[in-house]
Amino acid sequence: MPTFFERRELVVPGDLLAEGDYVAGDNAYKDGDRVYAARVGLVEYEERVVHVVALSAFYVPRVGDVVIGKVVDVGMMGWIVDVNAPYLAVLRASDVLERPFRPSKDDLTAIYDVGDMIIARVVAYDRTSDPLLAVDKPGMGKITRGQIVEITPTKIPRVIGRKGSMINVIKRETGCNITLGQNGLILVSGPSLERERLAVMAILKIEKESHVSGLTDRVTEMLQKEVGERKSNV
Amino acid sequence: MFSRKLIDESGIRADGRRLDELRPIKLEIGVLSNADGSAYIEQGKSKVIAAVYGPRELHPKHLSLPDRAMLRCRYHMAPFSVEQRKSPAPSRREMELSKVVREALEPSIFLEYYPRTSIDVFIEVLEADGGTRCAGITAASLALADAGIPTRDLVSACAAGKVEGLFVLDLTDAEDKASEADVPLAIMPNLGSITLLQMDGMLTLDEFQSIVELAVKGCKQIHSIQREALKAKYVAVKEVVEE
Repeated sequence: MPTFFERRELVVPGDLLAEGDYVAGDNAYKDGDRVYAARVGLVEYEERVVHVVALSAFYVPRVGDVVIGKVVDVGMMGWIVDVNAPYLAVLRASDVLERPFRPSKDDLTAIYDVGDMIIARVVAYDRTSDPLLAVDKPGMGKITRGQIVEITPTKIPRVIGRKGSMINVIKRETGCNITLGQNGLILVSGPSLERERLAVMAILKIEKESHVSGLTDRVTEMLQKEVGERKSNV
Repeated sequence: MFSRKLIDESGIRADGRRLDELRPIKLEIGVLSNADGSAYIEQGKSKVIAAVYGPRELHPKHLSLPDRAMLRCRYHMAPFSVEQRKSPAPSRREMELSKVVREALEPSIFLEYYPRTSIDVFIEVLEADGGTRCAGITAASLALADAGIPTRDLVSACAAGKVEGLFVLDLTDAEDKASEADVPLAIMPNLGSITLLQMDGMLTLDEFQSIVELAVKGCKQIHSIQREALKAKYVAVKEVVEE
């Protein structure tokens, strides 16, 4: 039962990853007793499971995910939200209002209007119906300040780092508050524009270099250098 | 019979290639910032750009399929891509090629993963010198991978044909026009399956078989260039970082 690549080696769709008694995990598929890659990414062999950590992918909703989305339409009963997925999400007015919702009286545009960015949670989704959102946790709802960065959704775990090591470095060095949307959108809000830009720079560095090891050290180094430079300029 | 010889006595073609040699190929991934995935191919003088959007909401909605995504393809030649200006309106030939390109890519994609959506592929020929449908398929397959759409395999395409009685690989426009037959072929190399097979002209069964074998060889060479191009995008970053 051979495997054909080293761990964390770059593979492209169609590459034969393993043959024999293996199970195809994420971004891999099995044909007969052969496991092939389905996306560009880094191959991982864990016991019998072969999967590919995708370097290029889009977001597919999962129940429980916190996402950042943009309101694209206001309807009679709620809002349509673009969450950067193949499907548009629905946010129902009755789930947002604390009191009973009266379509004739309540003005939905006063709550969220077209173009507003919101933080929400996916409460229901399967491929037969569009994802349903809710804003029922603290910190959710309309975004009023900060900057939004977009990265490949599969790289969100990389931004968090092992036990949150990466995200904590960015928060500590820049003093910014960072909210991660599982759909690849990240909200950065901090004490100054300068600081926010620094955090955005770090996130984009992670996006670009996610497949090269030793990333936390490089990001820490870059941030400390930049913060130091800024202090000496003042 | 021929006013100008395309192949000389020692089997060297007008552009200096051997009979079973591809034109020089240059591939680039992610050339368009607004598309979800894109690729550019230069195969000799043929230049083609491919863009992929999706999977995304399909409009009009009644066209969406309940059990899988819809793949839509547009093969289009720019008005300046040929000697005589071509009308930008889709011609009969372009509509046919859009269909065969779609059918060449369809088996490679896991369409059933994203029901009710559409995946849109745009292939724009910037300069045409033969083999543009194959170059388009080669580029579109890379653009799909760049867009992060799960695929069974890359699709590699290449034509072979019979010119002045000899079997040649990767025909130029001049060779195509003088050919007795040409056979465009697209394959999924790792799975060993054919996704596009056309023939224009007359061949005996034996000739046809040798030409298909020749085209498969060409596709396999293109496949290794495709793999390198896809990897190059990430390997380049790694090298810069590790300096």
